[in-house]
Amino acid sequence: MSHSSLPVQQGLYDPRHERDACGVGFVAHIKGTQSHERVRQGLQILENLTHRGAVGADPLAGDGAGILIQIPDAFLRKACSALGMTLPEAGRYGVGMLFLPRDAAARAACERIIADKIAAEGQQLLGWRDVPVENSGLGESVKAVEPVVRQVFIGCGANCPDTDSFERKLFVIRKTAELDIGRLPAGQGEGFYVPSLSSRTIVYKGMLLANQVGAYYLDLRDETVVSALALVHQRFSTNTFPTWDLAHPFRLIAHNGEINTLRGNVNWMAARHAAMSSKLLGEDLEKLWPLIVDGQSDSACFDNALELLVAGGYSLPHAMMLLIPEAWAGNQLMDEERRAFYEYHAALMEPWDGPAAVAFTDGRMIGATLDRNGLRPARYLVTDDDVVLMASEMGVLDIPQHKIVKKWRLQPGKMFLIDLQAGRIVDDAELKQQLSTARPYRAWIEKSRYFLGDLPDVDAADTLKETLLDTQQAFGFTQEDLKFILAPMASAGEEATGSMGSDTALPVLSDKNKPLYNYFQQLFAQVTNPPIDPIREEIVMSLTSFIGPKPNLLGIDETDPPLRLEVHQPVLTNEDMAKLRGIDQLTGGQYKSAVLDITYPAQQAAAGCEAAIGALCAAADQAAADGYNVLILSDRAMSRERIAIPALLACAGVHHHLVRKGLRTSTGLVVDTGSARETHHFALLAGYGAEAVCPWLTFDTIDAMADYLPAGLSGKDANKRFIKAVNKGLLKVMSKMGISTYQSYCGAQIFEAIGLNADFIARYFTGTATQIEGIGLREVAEEAARTHQSAFGSDPVLSNALEAGGEYAYRVRGEEHLWTPDSIAKLQHATRANNAQTYKEYAKLINDQSAHLKTLRGLFEFKPAGVPVPLAEIEPAKEIVKRFVTGAMSLGSISTEAHTTLAIAMNRIGGKSNTGEGGEDAARFKPVKGGAKLSEIIGKGRIETDLVMKDGDSLRSKIKQVASGRFGVTAEYLSSADQIQIKMAQGAKPGEGGQLPGHKVSEYIAQLRFSVPGVGLISPPPHHDIYSIEDLAQLIHDLKNANPSASISVKLVSEIGVGTVAAGVSKAKADHIVVSGFDGGTGASPLSSIKHAGTPWELGLAETQQTLVLNQLRGRVGLQVDGQIKTGRDVLVGALLGADEFGFSTAPLIVEGCIMMRKCHLNTCPVGVATQDPALRRKFTGQPEHVVNYFFFVAEEVRELMAQMGIRKFDDLVGRSDLLDVRQGIAHWKARGLDFSKIFHQPDMPASVARRHAEQQDHELVKALDNQLIAQAANALEKRQPVVINSTIGNVNRTAGTMLSHEVAKRYGHAGLPDDTITVKLKGTAGQSFGAFLAHGVTFELTGEGNDYVGKGLCGGRIVVMPPKECKIVAEDNIIVGNTVLYGATSGECYFHGVAGERFAVRNSGAVAVVEGLGDHGCEYMTGGMVIVLGQTGRNFAAGMSGGVAYVLDEDGSFEQRCNLSMVQLEPIPEEEAASETGTMEAHGRVHFNHLGKADEAALRGKIEKHLRYTGSARARNILDNWASYLPKFVKVMPTEYRRAMQEIAAKQAKQKEVA
Amino acid sequence: MGKPTGFMEFRRLSEESLPVAERLKNYREFVQHLSDEQAATQGARCMDCGIPFCSSGCPVNNIIPDWNDLVYRGNWKRALDSLHSTNNFPEFTGRICPAPCEAACTLNINDDAVGIKSIEHAIIDKGWQQGWVIAQPAPAKTGKKVAVIGSGPAGLACTQQLARAGHGVVVFEKNDRIGGLLRYGIPDFKFEKSHIDRRVEQMRAEGVEFRVGQHVGADVTAQTIMADFDAVVLAGGAEQPRDLPVPGRDLPGVHFAMEFLMQQNKVVAGDTLPAQIKATGKHVVVIGGGDTGSDCVGTSNRHGAASVTQLEVMPRPAEQENKALTWPNWPLKMRTSSSQEEGCTRDWSVTTKAFVGTNGKLEKLSCVRVEWKDGKMHEIPGSEFELKADLVLLAMGFVSPVQKMLDAFGVEKDARGNAKATTDGAGCYQTSVGKVFAAGDMRRGQSLVVWAIREGRQAARAVDEFLMGCSNLPR
Repeated sequence: MSHSSLPVQQGLYDPRHERDACGVGFVAHIKGTQSHERVRQGLQILENLTHRGAVGADPLAGDGAGILIQIPDAFLRKACSALGMTLPEAGRYGVGMLFLPRDAAARAACERIIADKIAAEGQQLLGWRDVPVENSGLGESVKAVEPVVRQVFIGCGANCPDTDSFERKLFVIRKTAELDIGRLPAGQGEGFYVPSLSSRTIVYKGMLLANQVGAYYLDLRDETVVSALALVHQRFSTNTFPTWDLAHPFRLIAHNGEINTLRGNVNWMAARHAAMSSKLLGEDLEKLWPLIVDGQSDSACFDNALELLVAGGYSLPHAMMLLIPEAWAGNQLMDEERRAFYEYHAALMEPWDGPAAVAFTDGRMIGATLDRNGLRPARYLVTDDDVVLMASEMGVLDIPQHKIVKKWRLQPGKMFLIDLQAGRIVDDAELKQQLSTARPYRAWIEKSRYFLGDLPDVDAADTLKETLLDTQQAFGFTQEDLKFILAPMASAGEEATGSMGSDTALPVLSDKNKPLYNYFQQLFAQVTNPPIDPIREEIVMSLTSFIGPKPNLLGIDETDPPLRLEVHQPVLTNEDMAKLRGIDQLTGGQYKSAVLDITYPAQQAAAGCEAAIGALCAAADQAAADGYNVLILSDRAMSRERIAIPALLACAGVHHHLVRKGLRTSTGLVVDTGSARETHHFALLAGYGAEAVCPWLTFDTIDAMADYLPAGLSGKDANKRFIKAVNKGLLKVMSKMGISTYQSYCGAQIFEAIGLNADFIARYFTGTATQIEGIGLREVAEEAARTHQSAFGSDPVLSNALEAGGEYAYRVRGEEHLWTPDSIAKLQHATRANNAQTYKEYAKLINDQSAHLKTLRGLFEFKPAGVPVPLAEIEPAKEIVKRFVTGAMSLGSISTEAHTTLAIAMNRIGGKSNTGEGGEDAARFKPVKGGAKLSEIIGKGRIETDLVMKDGDSLRSKIKQVASGRFGVTAEYLSSADQIQIKMAQGAKPGEGGQLPGHKVSEYIAQLRFSVPGVGLISPPPHHDIYSIEDLAQLIHDLKNANPSASISVKLVSEIGVGTVAAGVSKAKADHIVVSGFDGGTGASPLSSIKHAGTPWELGLAETQQTLVLNQLRGRVGLQVDGQIKTGRDVLVGALLGADEFGFSTAPLIVEGCIMMRKCHLNTCPVGVATQDPALRRKFTGQPEHVVNYFFFVAEEVRELMAQMGIRKFDDLVGRSDLLDVRQGIAHWKARGLDFSKIFHQPDMPASVARRHAEQQDHELVKALDNQLIAQAANALEKRQPVVINSTIGNVNRTAGTMLSHEVAKRYGHAGLPDDTITVKLKGTAGQSFGAFLAHGVTFELTGEGNDYVGKGLCGGRIVVMPPKECKIVAEDNIIVGNTVLYGATSGECYFHGVAGERFAVRNSGAVAVVEGLGDHGCEYMTGGMVIVLGQTGRNFAAGMSGGVAYVLDEDGSFEQRCNLSMVQLEPIPEEEAASETGTMEAHGRVHFNHLGKADEAALRGKIEKHLRYTGSARARNILDNWASYLPKFVKVMPTEYRRAMQEIAAKQAKQKEVA
Repeated sequence: MGKPTGFMEFRRLSEESLPVAERLKNYREFVQHLSDEQAATQGARCMDCGIPFCSSGCPVNNIIPDWNDLVYRGNWKRALDSLHSTNNFPEFTGRICPAPCEAACTLNINDDAVGIKSIEHAIIDKGWQQGWVIAQPAPAKTGKKVAVIGSGPAGLACTQQLARAGHGVVVFEKNDRIGGLLRYGIPDFKFEKSHIDRRVEQMRAEGVEFRVGQHVGADVTAQTIMADFDAVVLAGGAEQPRDLPVPGRDLPGVHFAMEFLMQQNKVVAGDTLPAQIKATGKHVVVIGGGDTGSDCVGTSNRHGAASVTQLEVMPRPAEQENKALTWPNWPLKMRTSSSQEEGCTRDWSVTTKAFVGTNGKLEKLSCVRVEWKDGKMHEIPGSEFELKADLVLLAMGFVSPVQKMLDAFGVEKDARGNAKATTDGAGCYQTSVGKVFAAGDMRRGQSLVVWAIREGRQAARAVDEFLMGCSNLPR
């Protein structure tokens, strides 16, 4: 039996998608003094991190927790001697902590193998010890899989002269035992697991709640269990299945985060097999393979890799720097030697990329490192008695403030190490200085590196074998490729934007010939890790690629550095390609390239493809064996007589073939293809192993495209721009998965296939997910052959033109669409005339796909559940329509008229409309009277087409969206919600941010978004307060506090693994989950994202339903589906697959008049729907009645189908996937191979397990500190009388002040109460989200420190944080608040007496803050407000900052280097008398600082004075005392666009004054 | 797309027409195509819709946004290629198509539609002018022979497509000139006949053989055709005019419109006729408010009629359709043709009870006003009136093809007497007789030239598939 109850792969659920995140921490004594106190503290940390974990369906089943300590020699010696075992001296024996099968025979078999391995490696088996445990506190589900926990004691053999060599042997024993036991017959080895085997450390862990670790392992309570360190970890997993072995810590690490590039890293590790050798491990190395076995978590794989590096001779910090390097490539601030170190090691290994706070120890040193972008929190403190505490948050140990001498944080890419043997802390600079100067890395690089670009030019002339047109046709180019894809890239260096989603046939259902590329969809990060912003945070990204063989990873002592051929980015020009072909001569024979032709004779047609690939792989082997170290897969030989194997297939096939042979790192792989033309193609080739790609035909095409390009643009420049566009596109594709380097992306296979069968995938795209089977090699080859034939055939349409395409715009000869002239006309006519018959004709056009397949559901049919029922007995339509919602379309993306029409309509039917990202006018929250006009409510001049209200109408959107931009998110806004939706991703562009261009930001929109008219607004790709699942849990908690009566919804996009994410979201206590299809979406988005990211909702919804039911989590959440839902039939399919509710966007817009112009992004919508242009909005004709008609038609259609199926209640439909079947007689040549059994699968769970929304989440608000505060503030809330409240606070008191603010906002709106009406004085370390959404009139004064997200969404309140007087630290040199402080703040003020963490005031749009220093990415995306920094900032300050102003005290003049100047200018503070005379500007009840003139100095000084007054800051006092000398040292950071807008507004005001 | 904001900046510009007084003097075309600059500006009004409703509104599915953009950019040659890729004879449709595309234009929802037809007109005129329209003989012959019976727009479109696919095509035309209704039904002032002659020349160069004066069923037997050809396409049009069998119908001076129009067209072509029906100095009543009626009006005015009155049995349509419920479909609304504009009295909801004459001379019409309820016509008692008339032209549409030809081939007919054949899927355009196909008005009943071209093209593909097993011809 297994110690894991992870279900086997079934339906769409696959355990390999399980994710986790967590809280991590350690405590250590710097001098290495051992004590039981450390162990006790470790356990205490765990308890205080409990909220970072989660519990599942069984409240006693945690997700796993554990502790790693030094071997407690005295204790073990005592325990063993009781067993009659005498241990050798400390260090000369090792202890293995083992999870063993409960079955005695199986256990014996495992133990026998261990004994054998110990002997085989020349060590001594000393004996076994049963580890005493107390399992009474465990949940039943956990007990069911509880292992037998035993320790094995191993004595050091004579072949080990020192502890290091002994550790290596223990490593070999463990690996070989694991491998052998894994091969035991009949699953006897199942459940065997080795938490640790070392002579230095021991791990106690299990499927435990954080507070159970100490209770379960009796050893830990023994006072003689002493250690100088304790490393602890609390896990938050996305599932509820107890698994003992997935708990942390692992043998060397505890990890908080996620490795995004795992698949690639594991593959590359395997690929190194043949090329790896180690002096230290010698022949033992071979015994370790496969080094990383399948089915482990990302952290476990990482631990495996780290172990190998350490065993191979790297020091622990050195190995960590190799695996998780800092962002060095574009970092001008990094010292030269360190850069050389990283650059040298980059060729050795690709980064293990992803958000990570990794704590590591080998028992002699303990440390931690953070990923390059600082995406996980890690804070530490040092006491005056040499104790160091590091944890994901502060407050986890109650340490008296007067003992603390340092409070700091781990910074992005930095490492923090305590050398217990030396007895000191080694800081990042010293540590890395030491390592980077240990060897002459710079000299080595200079000696061994070639830049392809620097090599001399060679003749690149190459002529096409056929005409350009025929060649383009043979590679499947369409007119749209030129018009929509290449023209924008080649002219503007940008990928084109489109809108209104994708409604075309899936490639596997298409009648057209599609490139193989189109069968793959990009994966993206959602919830469990964040996407990166590739524009604003470009500093962490790199496209550098190494072409050619990889050095021996363990060649640590090799002094002759291997060669490296480097390119700055992976798109090669024809000139580059020519150099690569001639690289032999250019490098004096050091590199040898071989061109492998990937074409084959056309007369063999499709049948020839398989043999051709076989021959290609054989040729690759041979070439590698012959010493060719750059393989070029080229299809330039394509001609009338020769078909090209799809380049992606050739690339992936050869890559995997070489990986399997262990040869992949012996040679480079470059693809030279005519087929690559869009970002997605390059991303795919990279993802399947191409180190560089030359799109030769695209270059020729662009050369001949003068018609499409701006006059005067040379072909060469156009090609350059194209490359630039691909580069940007690649960064975007990588970043949406949170991957920052091309090197890690290469081979990482961040895709899933739709419509390719598993055999084909297993063979050529090994490890890629594919869920519904589909076509195989034969059909793929056939499709390629057909494309080839059409190029050289006699089709008159193709004689002088490319295929029409029709993917992006409807074309009669192009791809099939769901939205056609006919379906749109019928829908509009039906809803305008309330004509049910016309609606039926419309629905038939959409539903009946018998002639042309388009969607997966088009292939489904319904099975009756019983005899048909009379229509009258079916649940009435007015009930069904309550399940309908409209999509999140912001006022900004659509017009005020279109937005309010939807809200009125949805309120009339009892459904819900959604604000979208962009706030909502408070005027809309109030009830309206019948007969009132829209313009009277919203304001004259803001409405171009008026509407008249009916009695009972409401303009309030029931769903309030909270997206990454947090525009207009205030306590009042949240308080007005029935549902608050956290947009994690959107179907049209999952993993990407957005931008509302300045010209769309009208005065009204600016008011709603707390910004300035005419200034562009950026929505970041990630929510900066959600980098992991426990962060999401925190935001859910925050929002629940902000409105306890609203349900909290999380919007996800369908992709493989979304079910697992949804399970995590359900555990994070969301009340509601939305699964969006990839194809929906009305907003503007890059074309490749519209088409190639995410999957159809049929897959994502079914996976979500199945996973939630399996986890017994389905009942807790409402489940909603959206994405191209148009008819009652769509609704029914959604219900049967598990949805309770249904989202509609495009269809209601069409009802309002949208005619799918697909020009939303151009602001030229001719029907006034998706535009802000007043002239065009005058043309809006939509009416709420039309929308109401539509939803009733849909509901009636549902009812008719229910009647036919014999189901009366809608609830009884939900989750009945057994009533779905595949339509018979599908003759489509590609669709025949599809298999939907996984979609229709129903988990085998007891009937008592809910299949639909039936329960409520327990948000544990009763525990909130705010309950007391609200009670004590009663007088203030009811009578507006000032109150002062005193209280203590701890890190478990999260989201303090939010519920209180909700009470204020509910009563007094955004204006709140008068200043300082409620003053709360707190002492202690506040939990996360201190003062979130703090309303006006509330002041929080904290003496102690804050964690992450202080002042999140601050909307009027005041927050003061300062260290206690008794604390000896120098405040301005120590950290006072954590990361992402003031995120999304709209107004209010903050004073922080100390330094803040990373991402301070991100997306601030109006708050004022004074702080004494801050980390990286300060003031990112800020659009308003004022930030004063009285100290150092980190890097990338003001990235994407389009408004507001910052004043930075730049004492050493280095600020400019750390400021991102792409959107801001730096200037001195103008002297008072020189400044022009303009007053401050009042607008919409908020104060806009006039950041243009005289107000500067006064405002700055005034705020610093306040800072002094509130915090008593010595720093502030000093500055004020020496104002004259400090003032010139302040730098004013002024966004350029903001300045322009402010000037315009000032000019306008001046003009108005004149007129008056 | 030409210019994203073009539709907001530029107004629709209609093609210029010569003044009425000027154009009544002769039978020449009077509509002037747009200049290059004008066409470019009009092209810029196109919004390049994500869904180009125009393209679907157009029976031949012209790829309108593409050539609008090309004209905007001055790339006339490629615009012409695009236009020809869906339409064999844009100079026909560019002149006489009522332009359902413009009704479907997205701008027509709340603005003036893009002047699609005028741009088409400009493109093809430039094409001819520049010598870009040339023969495209098939690179290889298939050896198959196809007879196309009828040389109207359906027959010609089918012929050209088949010839370009390499088949040997022979066109049989019962009249003395090629063109069918195009030739003799449409007056030259709307459509000069040189347009047909140029196309006939082009097709001859593409290998087509034209046999005029060959009335299949009379001059040539169906058996001969069936024996000599691998496939036959019946494209004989719907020539059976709807009659008005009321008292006095046989009075001299009561004629079918087509008799009248055909004679004038022959005269314009240079023929000398023994006795032409002339409207000169007469009070003319045209019965029927459609396009043919308008052609009679225009011709009568050119003859110098004393007065022209046009009667329509249906009620006067609304000036403006309810766009919310009609767009993008073809709207029923009040329209005034260029011929009506030249002078005529129009009356609606009128039916003719009798033609009255004395001494075998037509003098007047007895009419009565009608109203329509539930699709049925009711005479309004007491509304009878009389109308002076010397010449009555019956332009009430066509009921069916001439049955003799269909009977000669023995093909099955539908309820309306048309050749029975489908338009989609396997066996489309094929009649009940194996290798006999039907297209155009002969299959669908009376319709527009652009529909005839569509059917001719689609039938050509069906024939090609029938002969070769597969086809590259676009539908």
